[in-house]
Amino acid sequence: MATKETIPWIQDPDQALARAREEHKPVLYDFSAAPM
Amino acid sequence: MRVTQFIVDHFVPARAHVKDQKSTFDRFGATWTPTQLILDSAGKEHHRIEGFLPVDDFLAQLKLGLARLAFERADYQEAEQRYGNICREHPASGAAAEACYWTGVAQYKSRNEPGPLRETARFLGEHYPQSEWTRKASVWMG
Repeated sequence: MATKETIPWIQDPDQALARAREEHKPVLYDFSAAPM
Repeated sequence: MRVTQFIVDHFVPARAHVKDQKSTFDRFGATWTPTQLILDSAGKEHHRIEGFLPVDDFLAQLKLGLARLAFERADYQEAEQRYGNICREHPASGAAAEACYWTGVAQYKSRNEPGPLRETARFLGEHYPQSEWTRKASVWMG
């Protein structure tokens, strides 16, 4: 994806799942080889 | 930009890099890049996108994942709406025929009568004659 600059990606999976519980949203997990 | 906004509006965004977070790849069974998974808050996978996609196809796949979440929690009205939107708004995407197929299934589940299945099979035959989803729906033509 060419969107990495503006999306606040979370890098800790457990933090992402906790946020999903809080916000009642699913997680979109991007597995990437692009420079971060 | 519309992909960025869609992601921010609908998902908690998370990312793992193949060189730095191999354990996260292993944890979620990611074996190729790019891969995107749509997970619920328990970490259960509901949709998987593997390989690069152009913007319209990618957006349609994200929407397909949200529709699947609605379908799996048996909210067939929301699923019908989400699948139907993909079918109408992304007709040239790779997800379109699949979305049209599941629109019919969600209608059937919601109304418990077979009319939507026959109509879906007819629609797919007319608009996506080469699709596997059309062949799957062919059984509904009776």
